[in-house]
Amino acid sequence: MPTASSLQHTAALEAPNDLLVLIPAFNESACIAGVLSELWEILPGCAVVVVDDCSRDATAQLAEQAGAQVLRLPHHLGLGGAVQAGYKLAYELGYEVVIRIDGDGQHDPRDIRRIYDTLKETGVEMVIGSRFLPESSGYKTTFLRGLVIRFFRLMLRPILAQPVRDPTSGFVGVNRAALELFSRVFPLEYPEIEALVVLQRCVFRFREVPCSMRPRAGGQSSITLWKSVYYIVHVLLGVFVNILKMDVRRLGGR
Amino acid sequence: MPPMQSLVAAVTLVLIAAVLVQVRRAHIRVEYSVSWLGAGLALLAVTFYPGLLPRLANFAGLQDESLTLLLLVGCIFLFVLFRLSIVVSALKDNNIALAQRLAILEYHLSHLNEKETQRS
Ligand SMILES: Nc1nc2c(ncn2[C@@H]2O[C@H](COP(=O)(O)OP(=O)(O)O)[C@@H](O)[C@H]2O)c(=O)[nH]1
Ligand SMILES: [Mg+2]
Repeated sequence: MPTASSLQHTAALEAPNDLLVLIPAFNESACIAGVLSELWEILPGCAVVVVDDCSRDATAQLAEQAGAQVLRLPHHLGLGGAVQAGYKLAYELGYEVVIRIDGDGQHDPRDIRRIYDTLKETGVEMVIGSRFLPESSGYKTTFLRGLVIRFFRLMLRPILAQPVRDPTSGFVGVNRAALELFSRVFPLEYPEIEALVVLQRCVFRFREVPCSMRPRAGGQSSITLWKSVYYIVHVLLGVFVNILKMDVRRLGGR
Repeated sequence: MPPMQSLVAAVTLVLIAAVLVQVRRAHIRVEYSVSWLGAGLALLAVTFYPGLLPRLANFAGLQDESLTLLLLVGCIFLFVLFRLSIVVSALKDNNIALAQRLAILEYHLSHLNEKETQRS
């Protein structure tokens, strides 16, 4: 179990060398350099890969100039495809823990330690940085998104046999077992919720730890109103398909 | 032949001709022309073989032969589209895997190059 003191004192330490921080980025030239410099302030020497999803702006160059490794996709794959590319690379490079943060400055790198420690100490396959635990502080989300998140929370509860507060969080850490799984199977486009169901299919465990969210540092969210309708339909279908696969697997196993 | 059937027959003939031309120019691969040609031939059979359509209408319990033909056309192309969705999905999956692999290989390559230049 992480003790309060171990969490406080680790902030100034060098980053663990089995940790890779993965930053999917699409048109984040306004934020990416700031995100990287803040990250290295908190976790000096931390290995970082920015997955540039064929941004139309200078995201990749700026990330490279700031000193990050950049995985450049040859054409636009969408968030899920980009994150999976990062997972595949991390798996090949032999990392034990991969923590994904947003490229827009919404996640606080100070929370990375807590996710890392929780992964190591509990042995769960995935740890979610959650905005909605009682201890979480800071910006939550817009009213509309709050409703959508509530809806998915209710829907996921019976599927995951465990409550999840922040199923859409992009602040996610995985260990090597989950990395291996996600390199093979990972949802495209809007991956967070479906990834939870994929995890459940393999009887992997997850846990949530509090994190503080901030408003975007600049640029624009890729999720517009119209897209959020598509998002809901897409995710519902994706979850449904994963449940179908889950049952087939169980029946086949008997 | 009622106007409806002539129309379908004409459109089908044009479709078959267009598919053949595109296959010849290699814009449609032979394996994907098969479902279009099959659909086209099925429609031609129905429109040209006199007894077939009434029998089909009878079988489906429909009075209207034109409606039967329309339903048949709908079903056949639904099937073709369904097949295409499967093909497109498989292509997309392969394409994504390929794009990811290419990006990863380029990543490894640029790191190899860096190491080489450091050594020399
Ligand atoms: N690679 C990739 N990253 C994306 C894409 N869309 C969004 N992102 C990144 O995913 C993170 C979260 O996206 P954002 O638009 O902020 O979504 P929000 O935080 O839910 O409003 C950011 O780092 C974006 O740069 C995409 O299509 N491809
Ligand atoms: Mg964001």
